[in-house]
Amino acid sequence: METLIQQILNGLVIGSVYALIALGYTMVYGILGLINFAHGDVLMVGALTALQTMMFLMGVAPGMSPIAMLTIALMVAIPVCMMIGFTMERLAYRRLRNAPRLAPLITAIGMSFLLQTLAMIIWGRNYHTFPQLISTTPMQPIEGVFVTPVQIFIIIASALIMIGLSLLVNKTRIGRAMRATAENHRVASLMGVDTNAVIAFTFVIGAALAAVAGVMFASNYGIAHYGMGFMPGLKAFTAAVLGGIGNLGGAMLGGIVLGLVESLGAGYIEHMTFGFLNSSYQDIFAFIILGLVLIFKPTGLLGERVSDRA
Amino acid sequence: MQHESSSPLLQLKNLQIAYGGIHAVKGIDLELAKGELVCLIGANGAGKTTTLNAIAGVLPLQGGDIMYNGGTINALPAHKRLRQGIALVPEGRGIFTRLTVEENLRMGAYTRSDSDGIEADLEKVYTMLPRVKERLEQVAGTLSGGEQQMVAIGRALLSRPKLLLLDEPSMGLAPLVVEKIFEVVQSVAKEGVTILLVEQNANLALEFSQRGYVMESGKITLTGSGDDLLADPKVRAAYLGEAA
Repeated sequence: METLIQQILNGLVIGSVYALIALGYTMVYGILGLINFAHGDVLMVGALTALQTMMFLMGVAPGMSPIAMLTIALMVAIPVCMMIGFTMERLAYRRLRNAPRLAPLITAIGMSFLLQTLAMIIWGRNYHTFPQLISTTPMQPIEGVFVTPVQIFIIIASALIMIGLSLLVNKTRIGRAMRATAENHRVASLMGVDTNAVIAFTFVIGAALAAVAGVMFASNYGIAHYGMGFMPGLKAFTAAVLGGIGNLGGAMLGGIVLGLVESLGAGYIEHMTFGFLNSSYQDIFAFIILGLVLIFKPTGLLGERVSDRA
Repeated sequence: MQHESSSPLLQLKNLQIAYGGIHAVKGIDLELAKGELVCLIGANGAGKTTTLNAIAGVLPLQGGDIMYNGGTINALPAHKRLRQGIALVPEGRGIFTRLTVEENLRMGAYTRSDSDGIEADLEKVYTMLPRVKERLEQVAGTLSGGEQQMVAIGRALLSRPKLLLLDEPSMGLAPLVVEKIFEVVQSVAKEGVTILLVEQNANLALEFSQRGYVMESGKITLTGSGDDLLADPKVRAAYLGEAA
């Protein structure tokens, strides 16, 4: 029983992070039909930029409170990632707007390599210890179930961000313009919408979410590395497909479900395979799900349209 | 924006448009005075829709000029043309099917910031189109074709256009619905909005318009008052289904 509750809790934590990343994938897909495979690497840049900022702050103001330090680190990481999102769209994807589908997809993979290589040049190939500014000392709300303040922070912050994003997309003028552009660029421009600006805005918002997710991810595992974006990026893509790519609610649901499946799977895989596999094989669950969804329900849990572009 | 009162609101000069390897519009001239209701008729594929799209700014020009309000707007992107008062109700209505009816209408007012004026204009659209008002919260994709056409026109009106371009508003609709839509078009024209109407239903279009242009494979072949064109044997033969 403790294992079950513990794994559900862990699943919610990692699922929240997947959901934040998946939102970036799904928003860009919704508006451009593009799978931005460099999205995971934006997360990595966010985490490493935050790390760099924290190291700097620790040097110049060692007495600063951890919360202030984390806030400042986010305040630096978010705009840096927004700039990267904006630049990627402006320099690479916009030129390929009317190109055959494969071209932007391959470009996205190229962008991913580019970001990783740049990060490797700046931050080196080593794993860096990520300062855990929010306490990771576990508490025991229930006997045998452990939860750390950073995990609580991740769940609450993700929930707030997702509520904020839903309000932005569903209740504001720019959100309406985003949905209109996602449905039909040409008609949106006939309404006076500067669709290029709306598309750039979408990339920038997605990148901001990735920056936050990157800091969460690194805070939770206490480690950052130039290649750290690859796996959560791929899993968040899986989450977006699972929820129905292009659908915001789907990305949130898909992220949480994937986190839960993965976490429960990791918790029970030893029992299920009679000790043959252990929890370090947890990654297989995400990709089993991806395979199953693509075979049996390519539109995902909440997807309405058959996505012929995925 | 300065202009002499005698200068036309819209003037196409030797307009040429090509896309997808087809020379769809081969040098046409057309003029609209302020407050006029003018129709552009012709067979399928004559280049009517292409012309409207080019005026609205969603198709690039191959040659010629689009003069609007005294200046050329050739290089202006579509979203800026709307801000200058050019609104297009596109062929096939271009409804945002996943947005609600109200959101669709509000998209028409996207560039405006006068919230009082927008609310007032929304009310005006509701009075003009009572059936739309009952369906505001509905996702627009669930509307019938006629209702979608009404929403598309209402949406365009919410931008407070000076020049309204209507592309085949009668397409695929039942005669009663078409009649209702043309009543709306006429009442909009009465309020002083200049209208360029593209129609395959030549009879109806000419009946409602002050003047008309006839387009044939990318060229304007005939022009005159609505009544003259209705009486023209060539028009009657080609577009009104009468034997010459």
